[in-house]
Amino acid sequence: MPTAQPDHRPEDKRWKMVDLAMQRHDYRPDALIETLHAAQDAFGYLDISTLKYIATRLNIPPSKVYGVTTFYNHFDTKPKGDHTLVVCTGTACHVKGNDRILAWLQERYGLTPGQTTPDNTLSLVEVRCVGACALAPVIITDGTITGKTSFADTTVIIKEWRGDAA
Amino acid sequence: MQREELERFAETQRQFLSGFAHHILVCAGLGCLHNDEIIKALREVIAAQGLEQRVLVRKVGCMGLCALGPVVLILPEEISYQTVSPHDAAEIIAALGKEPVQRLLLPSTLPFFTRQHKNVLALSGRIDPESIDDYLAAGGYTAVLKAITAMRPIDIIRQIQESGLRGRGGAGYPTGLKWSTVAKAGGTKKYVVCNADEGDPGAFMDRSVLESTPHAVLEGMIIAAYAVGASSGYIYVRAEYPLAVKRLKLAIREAQQKNLLGHAICGASFDLNLQIRLGAGAFVCGEETALIESIEGRRGIPRPRPPYPAEKGLWGCPTLINNVETYANIPLIINRGATWFAGLGTEKSKGTKVFALTGKINHTGLIEVPMGTTLREIVFEIGGGIPGGHAFKAIQTGGPSGGCIPAEHLDTPVSYESLSALGSIMGSGGMIVIDETTSMVELVKYFIQFCRDESCGKCIPCRVGTAQIHGLLEKFCNRTATDTDLATLERLCDLVKNTSLCGLGQSAPNPVLSTLQYFRQEYLDRIVDPAHSHLEGQP
Repeated sequence: MPTAQPDHRPEDKRWKMVDLAMQRHDYRPDALIETLHAAQDAFGYLDISTLKYIATRLNIPPSKVYGVTTFYNHFDTKPKGDHTLVVCTGTACHVKGNDRILAWLQERYGLTPGQTTPDNTLSLVEVRCVGACALAPVIITDGTITGKTSFADTTVIIKEWRGDAA
Repeated sequence: MQREELERFAETQRQFLSGFAHHILVCAGLGCLHNDEIIKALREVIAAQGLEQRVLVRKVGCMGLCALGPVVLILPEEISYQTVSPHDAAEIIAALGKEPVQRLLLPSTLPFFTRQHKNVLALSGRIDPESIDDYLAAGGYTAVLKAITAMRPIDIIRQIQESGLRGRGGAGYPTGLKWSTVAKAGGTKKYVVCNADEGDPGAFMDRSVLESTPHAVLEGMIIAAYAVGASSGYIYVRAEYPLAVKRLKLAIREAQQKNLLGHAICGASFDLNLQIRLGAGAFVCGEETALIESIEGRRGIPRPRPPYPAEKGLWGCPTLINNVETYANIPLIINRGATWFAGLGTEKSKGTKVFALTGKINHTGLIEVPMGTTLREIVFEIGGGIPGGHAFKAIQTGGPSGGCIPAEHLDTPVSYESLSALGSIMGSGGMIVIDETTSMVELVKYFIQFCRDESCGKCIPCRVGTAQIHGLLEKFCNRTATDTDLATLERLCDLVKNTSLCGLGQSAPNPVLSTLQYFRQEYLDRIVDPAHSHLEGQP
């Protein structure tokens, strides 16, 4: 996933998506979560200046906007790396061994869910059940859902992304 | 739009569909990966052989047996194929009207198919979820027409009450009673809300219903809004379900175009506007008052009840909140009558229930059975038993708020009452099968960790209690627990259960309590010998 620094020049077209979301709800405060979704879709993550902008337009205290952003797991306040691995930690995936992947990533790269490697190549995201339990264990590699993934398969993909020797 | 117009759309679509000698239905649910490639491959073969006028490829919703997906169904022969890949397209087309492809054949005599009783899922896997015409051709929206043009709100509510339908989201509150409370509540502005925040890990009933028959949910909501006098509604759906969101959005747009949503629906003086609200990954938002907070744009922190949302919900107005599956049952009850529905199930739990079967089971997938079906039938007949020659150990129902039911209770008929008598809950319908290779203490630690992480932090028993319980379970997992820890664990569970503000905290100890009841030995085995406990270096 390309890392996009939000460009705060008004001519950046991505702001239109954010403005449109607020406009659709008449700039009412209850548009906040919908707007955060739109902003994250547009920029990949939510940085402080984006949050401040939304707070001003919706007339909500910035502290509340920050509170909502950090309350919900779906919202990221940091940019993602070049590649994103999403590991499903639903019960079926847990029972079928996705905890091993997480342990391996922690051991080899010191990576815990929500973090990105220092060289910005890999972000790890943990998700609570995508509802495809028949495919357990499920991982999502750069937006592509893959089911019945073995531990070995997953490590191969990650090493490939990182350019590590096998 | 009037009845005649809708009937004309339905008839046109029926005629179009009946013009083909064969239909190839491809499951386009989330669980059947690469279904788009299969559809493309089939269409290419059909085009190459000039069969466009004879064979129709349709994408449909979930057929249930996700473990053997992608699944393809041939009509009118009713032949099912399993684990189909795009390379099989030519062979499948060549076999049309002849002997089926043996290599891919999925026997229709499997108990998985024959033992189910499909009402809510009847159209799932039979119609294109992205076509309102398909739904109309299958008899869709006739319940809305009947309700709006021929029934008074009070008649509808009475019919729902007489059917005995109870909330499918977990608590099992009588749906008709909830509707009548909202209908009686004062005020001109009322709301209907669909709770599609299916947060239980290992549960995917609502995802599947939304992906397969989104119009059935809309139909239920329209009838509900008419019955209680609401003119606005929200569907609160998880952001983790992008396909369901996409299909819902499309369904709402199509329903608006056909005047089934919007202003003066079906020519009556009844308006309804529905909007989608995306969740953002907070389990607690499945709790109705937290869900309301979230729709209002705030952190999903539950409010104390009473007042219940039926009296004071969204923006202080009376609000009807029902689960996806509850709404999907409504059109069936309106069309087929309360007596029909009440004739299914047990004395206090009526109708059928959709379950998501997962874990260590052969036929992972989505099933629908009448209430009162035994757990043994579900696991060993419909579910096809445990893979790898392993032994059944327990079945976990109700997600992180539920409990683990051991083998000796497999003959229990499933109902709201029977499951809670066993220390578990019906929940929304997730069933996770556990074999003897899984440690119950480890599994329970996983559930408590989930509840600890998802606790909103408002009330102390839940916020601190789940963290303390998790710490104690960690000691059991490391085999450093003592007798005192076991006593503390039991006391703490009791405290959290009885003093937490909302359902999350009140039910969080359930996995611990049920395993302490049925698998106590596993805890005892992990207690260090009291005589040597001082050697473990514990403070």
